[in-house]
Order: sequence, then structure tokens, then C-alpha cells
Amino acid sequence: MKFKMIAIAAGLGLALAAAAAAQTPRKGGTIRMTAPYGSSFTSMDIHTTPRAQDEIYAKALHRSLYIWDSTEGKPVLELAKEVTVSGGGLVHTFKLRDDAYFHNGRRMTADDIIWSYNRIMDGTKAYPGARFVRIIEGAAEVEKGQAKEISGLKKIDDFSLEMKLTEKVDPAFYFFTALTSIYPADEGGKEGFLQKPIGLGPFKFVEHVPGSRIVLDRWDRFYKPGKPYADKIVISLMGEAAARDVAFRNKEIDTSVLGPAQYVAYQADPNLKGTIVEVAEVFTRYMGMNPAFKPFSDKRVRQAINYAIDADLIINKLVKGKAYRATSWLPLTSPAYDKAMKPYPYDPAKAKQLLADAGYPNGFEFEWTTSQNESWGLPIVEAAIPMLDKVGIKVKVKQVETAVLAEVIRKGDFQAFIYSQATGPDPQASLKCFHSTTPQSACNYTNFKNTDFDKVIDEAGQTDEAAKRVQLLQKANALLFEEAPIWFFNYNKAVMAVQPWLKGIQLDATELTHQNVEDLWVDDTSPAK
Amino acid sequence: MLSFAIRRVLQTIPTVLAVVLLIFVLFSVVPGSIVSSMGDDGRGPTDPQVVERMKKQLGLDDPVYVRFGSYIAKLMTGDFGTSFRTREPVTAMIAKRMWPTLQLIFAALAFAVAVGVPLGFIAALRPGSIVDTVSMVLAVSGLSMAKFWFGLLLMYLFALKLGWLPSFGYGDGGLKNLILPAVTLGVSPMALLARTTRAAVLEIMTADFVRTARSKGMSETRVVTWHVMRNALVIILTAIGLQFGVVMGQAVVVEKLFSWPGIGSLLVDSVLQRDIPAVQGTILVVVLFFLTVNTLVDLLYGVIDPRIRYA
Repeated sequence: MKFKMIAIAAGLGLALAAAAAAQTPRKGGTIRMTAPYGSSFTSMDIHTTPRAQDEIYAKALHRSLYIWDSTEGKPVLELAKEVTVSGGGLVHTFKLRDDAYFHNGRRMTADDIIWSYNRIMDGTKAYPGARFVRIIEGAAEVEKGQAKEISGLKKIDDFSLEMKLTEKVDPAFYFFTALTSIYPADEGGKEGFLQKPIGLGPFKFVEHVPGSRIVLDRWDRFYKPGKPYADKIVISLMGEAAARDVAFRNKEIDTSVLGPAQYVAYQADPNLKGTIVEVAEVFTRYMGMNPAFKPFSDKRVRQAINYAIDADLIINKLVKGKAYRATSWLPLTSPAYDKAMKPYPYDPAKAKQLLADAGYPNGFEFEWTTSQNESWGLPIVEAAIPMLDKVGIKVKVKQVETAVLAEVIRKGDFQAFIYSQATGPDPQASLKCFHSTTPQSACNYTNFKNTDFDKVIDEAGQTDEAAKRVQLLQKANALLFEEAPIWFFNYNKAVMAVQPWLKGIQLDATELTHQNVEDLWVDDTSPAK
Repeated sequence: MLSFAIRRVLQTIPTVLAVVLLIFVLFSVVPGSIVSSMGDDGRGPTDPQVVERMKKQLGLDDPVYVRFGSYIAKLMTGDFGTSFRTREPVTAMIAKRMWPTLQLIFAALAFAVAVGVPLGFIAALRPGSIVDTVSMVLAVSGLSMAKFWFGLLLMYLFALKLGWLPSFGYGDGGLKNLILPAVTLGVSPMALLARTTRAAVLEIMTADFVRTARSKGMSETRVVTWHVMRNALVIILTAIGLQFGVVMGQAVVVEKLFSWPGIGSLLVDSVLQRDIPAVQGTILVVVLFFLTVNTLVDLLYGVIDPRIRYA
């Protein structure tokens, strides 16, 4: 009996030890990721490209002042150890890391940050990150060529930096993407930089085979102790979903982004079901309505559209459940998302009544501009057409390429359009798109103007209390829902298949493919261990 | 022959100029620009100030004739311009992608010639036989199959089921990674060459000089190898020359499917993102390549058949 007890205890001990070992990150091996949004990276100069595809490699190669923390659901300090706020919330003083080394072996100092931000504001170059850096006082002057250096950036010493902002905002939301990556001062401007980029990231550049892959090796002087775990990262360019599927099943890649059709197939396959990870990304899919088109200037018509389309049916049958029903503008993962909000129910009778009240008892016809996108394009429009027809609204479809759609929207050259737009992570910035002072070309695509809404947003921008700000943003969000300048369709459910041997995947709501790769590791069952 | 070669080269100049003009006009009128494509993944609004600066920097607001003049002036010096996307010289971008495309095209055509020509010969030598029927069924299937679908089938069989070959990628540029994309790309020209060869051989087999050769007591093997094959080669060579252009066009799909880093995938991404200098440069290189191959084929006629003389 005693022996039996000892044996059980020993067995339990071994099992616990094995479980602990299984969770202990393993060093070495190669992580084989995919870049699924096209067959090339735009540029090896990450300051020049805002595309999601490019940030995949940039997360390994570069670092910004802040980084997205998926567990916290917000950006946190990365290249600084602490920040103190003064000057009525406008002055941020950063105590920088003194252990961050560029891949050329040089230690990062405040000069590198100042140089990088000045570079981004170079008015002759049109770097897309300028929209973030412009929040620093004096940055706009550099952009216009009226100053050589951003006056709001002050080096206190090598590892202390003062940043004075023009608005009371959280700079974390402005300086966490790769668009504001820190380059080694002067090196970034040199000819050879594009061929061999240097960053502060956990992996250093080895090779880029344009149109095929990028290879990066572990950077031994990375500032996070013991990280990165893997020796190497290979990011393969795989724009074709079917090819990715075969490669994933063949264990040639460790991650694969899934579309609606594959999502269903993977769920149905017992061998693949366990590989699925999903997250509600901060993207809202919607139909924008132009108030310059007479029927859409009436709130009742816009609401009628929301009642007339059975969004749940489209999500379940057409999008194959790979989306969450939108209950407002702010997405599920937004800190200001209001769980109490309910979506517009499918109610054609109410839609008809609203149309009649608005003076359109027989409906009307409008032109709906769309791309071919399977999740927020032509198939969705085609599914909605008979539903709208049922309440008397006729739709004329205008199909354009995705690149053209963005221009059409920016110029306001539409009656209605369907689109997917980033609605986070900063709820304040996202809602500010509907502020009457925001130009249509910036992001107020539906030319929304509402004084009550403006007041609430302004108040949210002024308050120092986080809880009160959230409350005000929720109020603004509810107001927007009531005004219905858009048809609230869905929030993207990003789905990725991850091989069982790849550990440490983060559910990044800003973009699931953007992994902090230093936290990833492969166990010894990986074919590339 | 030299004067013929020079004449052929000179004849290509108007073609090249027409292509340059056509591409330029076409991409001047199509909607969308690199600026609008920057925000097409909806990650965030494109900053209006950045948009305006970018347009100015890239000369997108300049009148068409100014842009065309500037483009032609650069082209005369061999400068294809700078990519809107990567901000690299287009020539450098194409140079990096050219070798993988050439590898793929030559491998695809090698496969097509190695399989298609013998298949056509065998079919023609036994017209109406089971060999002929099977060969032609294969040829018609090869011509009808969509590249994308056929490529996926090959991936599924040889990578996933048999595990013999990698399903995608360039690897170190070796044969292992080349086989599947090359076979996918080569199956159409293989089918066409099989049918062309069969038709050519059947026609030549009934020619007077073949009958004369036979009546002189020449063995069938000698008739086929000496008379039939040699005469059929002119037709087959023409078909191969024309297939270079076709294959280069079809490489776009195959390169994308197999993540092959050639100029086909470069062209697709450049078109989608409206990287006009890259599109113009890539198409121009494809056209020049096609014209060069066809000129070489014209010159080869005389080598294969000495009766052909260049006026």
C-alpha cells in the first residue's frame, strides 16, 4: 500500500514536471511565418509603408518607442523604462533603455529617436508615419520646411528624452506601430540601408529574396533577457490562400491566415480544428452613406437600411461565422466598447415604416460602390440587394478595385460604399473621425456633422480621468449608432492556423499576424527545430 | 544574314515604342494611384497632407505629356525610373527577379519540348492508334486545364501526399523547388507542341520528298529522322518561339501560386498597388524578351533548313 502511494505520488510529480517542462520556452529552432497579404513586401524601409504585410517582418527587425501588448490590450513602453507626464498632460519625459543595441552593435540613445522622428517629418519625402509624429510640437514646421528639427523633442541626456505634444493625447497610440520605428541615426539615410536594414528588434536581417521570403537571425544583444527564443525566423510571402493551406497541412509553415472557406474546413477537420486561433480585430466593416445624396441625408432612411439588412444571416451563411456582428462603431476589443449595446434587429416592416415616414414609401435607388473583397465587398452587397429590394430600395452596383475604392471614399465620390476600417486601438482617435472638423479626405468619409457628437468628443479629449473618458466615448459611440451614418455590419474575426509546436502566439487585436516574435518559440516536435 | 539580323532589330523599335506609349496611356487613364493603394488595407486613414506631398514628390499631378516626356527622356538613358513602392530603381528590382523567371520559363519549356515533341511524333507515326488517342487526350487536357488548379493538384500530390517535393517557395534556387512550378507552367506548351508536332509530322509524311525517299529504299527510321524530323523542326521551332511569350505571360499566375520570386509576381503586385514605373519597366522587359526570342528563332530557321535564305 505504502509502495503504491509512493508510486502514485512519484507519477504525479513526474507528470507535473513534464507539464512544467512543456510550458518552459525552448531555445533554438526556426519559426516559419507567412506574410499572406500579397506576393511581396513593399519596402525594406519601414518608414515608407503603412501596409499590414510589411509590419509582419518589421516586428522582428525593428522596434518603436511603444509596443502593442495583447494581454493588456493596449500599447506599453518598449524602448523606455518609464515616462512621466507634466505640463498639463502635454509634456512626456521618457527614461530610455540603456541596454538597447542596434544590429550594428551601437547602443541606442535619445539622438536616434530624435533623428528617426525628424526623418519621418521630412516634408520632401512623404513618410506615412508623419500623421503620428505630427502630434509633437514643432513637427509640422519641419514638415513644411520651416524648421530643421522638431522643437518639441529635447534630449536631456543620452537616455532621457522630453517630448512636448500639441494635444492632450496618449502618445502610446501614436508611437507603437512600425511606421515610427527607431533607426540608427544617419545609418537610415545611407544607400545600403535598403539592402541591409538595421533595427533594434529581436532578430537581425539576413536576406530578402523579393517575392519569396525574408530571413532573420536571432540578435544576441536584444534587451529582453533570454529572448528571443528561436534562432531564426523565415517569413514566406504567400498571397494565395489555397497554396498556404497545402503548405500548412504539409507542415512547411507554422502559421497561416484563414479566409471564410478555410475557416469552415479547418473547423470541420479534427486534425486541424485545434490549430485555430481567433481574435476580434479592431476593424469595423460597414456601408457608408453619403448625406449629399438626398435620401441618405435623412436619419430615418439610414436607420431603415440598418433594419432592412439581415446582417446575422449574411455573417453566418456568407462570411461563414468569421465575423462578429457590429453593435456600434467601436469594436469588441475597444476599451470603450459598451457590452450593453444591441445591434439593429432585422425588421423589414420597421424599415418600410421609417422609409414611408421619411417620404419614400416606394423606396428609392442608390449606387453602391464596392470592391471584390470576399468579406466586405461584392458578395456582401449581392446578398444585401434582395433584402433592400424587399423594402423597396433598389441598388445599382459599382465595382472597383480595392485601391480605387480607397480613393473614391477619400474624395467622397459615392452614394454609398462598403469598406473595412480600423476602428482602434485608440477609441478616441477612431471616433474623432466623425467629428465635424475632421475632413472627409482624412477619415470622416460620410461627412458626418453633429454638434452633440462634437461636444461629447471634445469633452472626452479634455478630461484627465480615464473612466470618465471611456464613459464619454461610449456616449459618443451610442449617439453615432442612433444617427446611423453607416450600416453597421460586422467586426472582423481574424483567424489564424498555428502549428501545435509553435508556442507563445499572442491574440493581437490590432492585427493577428503582427506577433511580438521574441515571445514565440518552437518545441521539439517542430520539423524545423 | 547579318543584314537580316540588323533589319529585324530595327523593326522591333516601332513595336517597343508603341508598347511604351500604350502602357503609359493605359496607366494614365485607369483609376487609382499608389497613394490610394496605400490605405487599401483599411489599417488607418491615409493622411491628406502626406497624400498631397506624395503626389507632388512622385509627380502624379503633373500633366500626362510632362510625365510622358520625363519618362521617355529617362528611358533613352536606360533608366526605367524609381519604384513608387520600394523607392528602388526599377532596373534593380527587375534584375533581382529576372533570373528566377528565366529559370522557370526555360525549365517549363524544356519540359514542354522534352515531353510534347516526342509525344506528337509518336502519335503521328501511329495515327489512329491507341497511342495517338491517349497522346491527344493528354494534349487537349493539358491545354484546357487552368494553371492555378493544376498547380494545386501537383502540390497536393507531390508535396502533401507523396512528400517528394516542397509545395512552395524558391529555396536556394535549386531543382527541387523548380519542378512543380515548371511542370505547372509547362503543361500548356507541352500540349500545344504535341499537337503542333503531330500535325506537322502527319503533313510531311505525305510530302513528295518523303515518298521519293521511301521509293529509293531508305529505311523508315532514316526517313523519319533525316527528312521528316528536320522539316518538322521549322514548324516546331516557330511554335516554341511563340510559346516563350505565352509562358512568360502565364508565369504571373504560377509565380504567385508557388511564391516564386519572378517578375510575374512583381508585375501583379505593381499593378495592384499602381506602382506605374515598376509596371512599365516590367512589361517593357517582357516585350523586349519576347521580341529577342522571336528574332533568334527567325535566325535559327536558316541554320535548321539551309534552303531558307534571308533576303
